[in-house]
Amino acid sequence: MSAHTETALGLTESRSAGGRVLKAVVHLLVLVVFAGPLLALLVSAFGHVKDPTQLSVVPSGLTLDNFRIAFDQGVLAYLLNSFLVVGFGLLLQVAVSVLAGYALARKKFPGMALVLVAILATLMLPEEILALPLSLILSDLPVVHFNLVGTLAGMIVPLGAWGFSILVMTEFMKDVPRELEEAARIDGAGDLRIFAQIILPMCKPALGVIGVFGFTMIWDQYLLPLLVSTDSSSYTLPLALRTLRIDPAVTPGVVMAASLLALLPSVIVFLFFQRSFVSGLSSGALKG
Amino acid sequence: MSLDQAEPAASTAAAPGVPGTHKEGRRGGASTGRRARDRRSGQWWTPWLFLAPALILFLYFKFIPMANALTMSFQDVRPYLGNRWVGTDNYATVLESAGFREAAWHTVVLAAGQTAGSMALGLVLALLMEGQSRRLGFVRSAAFLPVVVPIAVVAELWRIMYHPTGDGMLNSLLGLVGWGPSGFINDPDTSMASIMLTGIWRGAPYDMMIILAGLTSVDRGLYEAAKVDGASRWQRVWHVTVPGLRSVFSILFILAAIRGLRVFTEVFLLTNGGPDGSTEVVMTLIYKLGLEQNRLGVGAAGAVLLFVATLILTVVVQLLRRRESK
Repeated sequence: MSAHTETALGLTESRSAGGRVLKAVVHLLVLVVFAGPLLALLVSAFGHVKDPTQLSVVPSGLTLDNFRIAFDQGVLAYLLNSFLVVGFGLLLQVAVSVLAGYALARKKFPGMALVLVAILATLMLPEEILALPLSLILSDLPVVHFNLVGTLAGMIVPLGAWGFSILVMTEFMKDVPRELEEAARIDGAGDLRIFAQIILPMCKPALGVIGVFGFTMIWDQYLLPLLVSTDSSSYTLPLALRTLRIDPAVTPGVVMAASLLALLPSVIVFLFFQRSFVSGLSSGALKG
Repeated sequence: MSLDQAEPAASTAAAPGVPGTHKEGRRGGASTGRRARDRRSGQWWTPWLFLAPALILFLYFKFIPMANALTMSFQDVRPYLGNRWVGTDNYATVLESAGFREAAWHTVVLAAGQTAGSMALGLVLALLMEGQSRRLGFVRSAAFLPVVVPIAVVAELWRIMYHPTGDGMLNSLLGLVGWGPSGFINDPDTSMASIMLTGIWRGAPYDMMIILAGLTSVDRGLYEAAKVDGASRWQRVWHVTVPGLRSVFSILFILAAIRGLRVFTEVFLLTNGGPDGSTEVVMTLIYKLGLEQNRLGVGAAGAVLLFVATLILTVVVQLLRRRESK
């Protein structure tokens, strides 16, 4: 940022008491609208088990009853499924993205433009549009004839290649100076060594970006696990919320307790890696 | 929010294959044999080896499914019996069905409403919260939280907030100003608006962040100039800031419109198309056709049409952007 801290509205310039009050009111209003419902979720999750038709915004005493009931309903198993999917899915996604990014950023080869077009095309083919054929393919993979339906692998492998991550990695890897690579080549280093010892270490910020985005993307998946799972044993936590809600014995407080467990990981990741997140948002969207 | 539509910069202007013509490293060395040269510039298949995992996964989970969707859309899909070629019957079925037409209309309305609402509110939020103080940073992060909360959680939370009786959370708020109680997602008249509102709640902070990033690239000198010319605050926003954000708006528009057209999860969880089909969108209909009624051919035809709509929209917006930048 420049020394000019001018803003479009110039609100920071208003030093008057009236301006200050106005600013405080605006900020409070934004907090109430966007964070208020989440606060209600938090309070209800720890609230007393009644039969509430509403969320309590005012704490009605602390209790862990909702969580106890949620655990009895098997929420921990769903949470474990979610962690397995996000763990392995992210490992696969990052590995695939850095390998592909290296080829696209550091090599020139016939057919490269076509590969880039193909990757851009995949961004136009979200799971939603492919849902039906994807569910058929997962039940019988062409050539190898595996059935991934009802397995966690079925929710992990399809997310392995993500165009967004590959393109972010490619952009970053282009910026590593050629001289470093040349020097290593002269010393007789092969591609693998150059990739692992020169290019990758220089791209740590990019790994942060694709890690945060990949985590959020995988954690937020709904349709793919819905297509893949056959019964509740392979449900991820987001899928299980609906089952919980439909159960007449479960109060909204319990659903909110399970929801809290489902949102904490992605919120924590966001808060810890906010900088990566925001830089990814702006570089991803504004250069396009 | 699925970020998988965030489109990073990709310079597709890659010059096709000129093998690296870099200088010979060691002059006159004895080891300028074939193997040493290969070591330095790599084999022709090296890049393909690095690309293999990505390409195989894309082939399996993007391109083969797309090809299958196309073929299935011209067939009567009968598991174990073999598929029958039916030409364009499925498309005729889809386009002639009142249900699909209605779902398409709902989808367009929902996508348009969410896109416009999120962008307008996002712009207002960005303008109000541009700046560098620590408190602003905190408020911005808090406002961004809905974006990172999983969509399934958002849907369950709002479902409870929308409780249709007078003591539901939002209805008690409406009660304070003497309105209500509204049926929200349980009333065909308000169900669509309710889903839209939830979508805007999650979409506006995302747009706010992107617009904030765009605001930093607006030329500060123009603000100074506007000040010198005696422009009011609103004139400054309208004549300097908004034009400076033009490319940001068009990107946001593409992303949001694509996301809007394939809307599924929030509708599936909040209303599943009800009440009385008032919120049935294309994707929930395809899901019901294909996975609940096993009419895969008809479902595939619907999906192909949805893809074509997305494609046309993207191409049109890109063309408009090209024309503008010339």
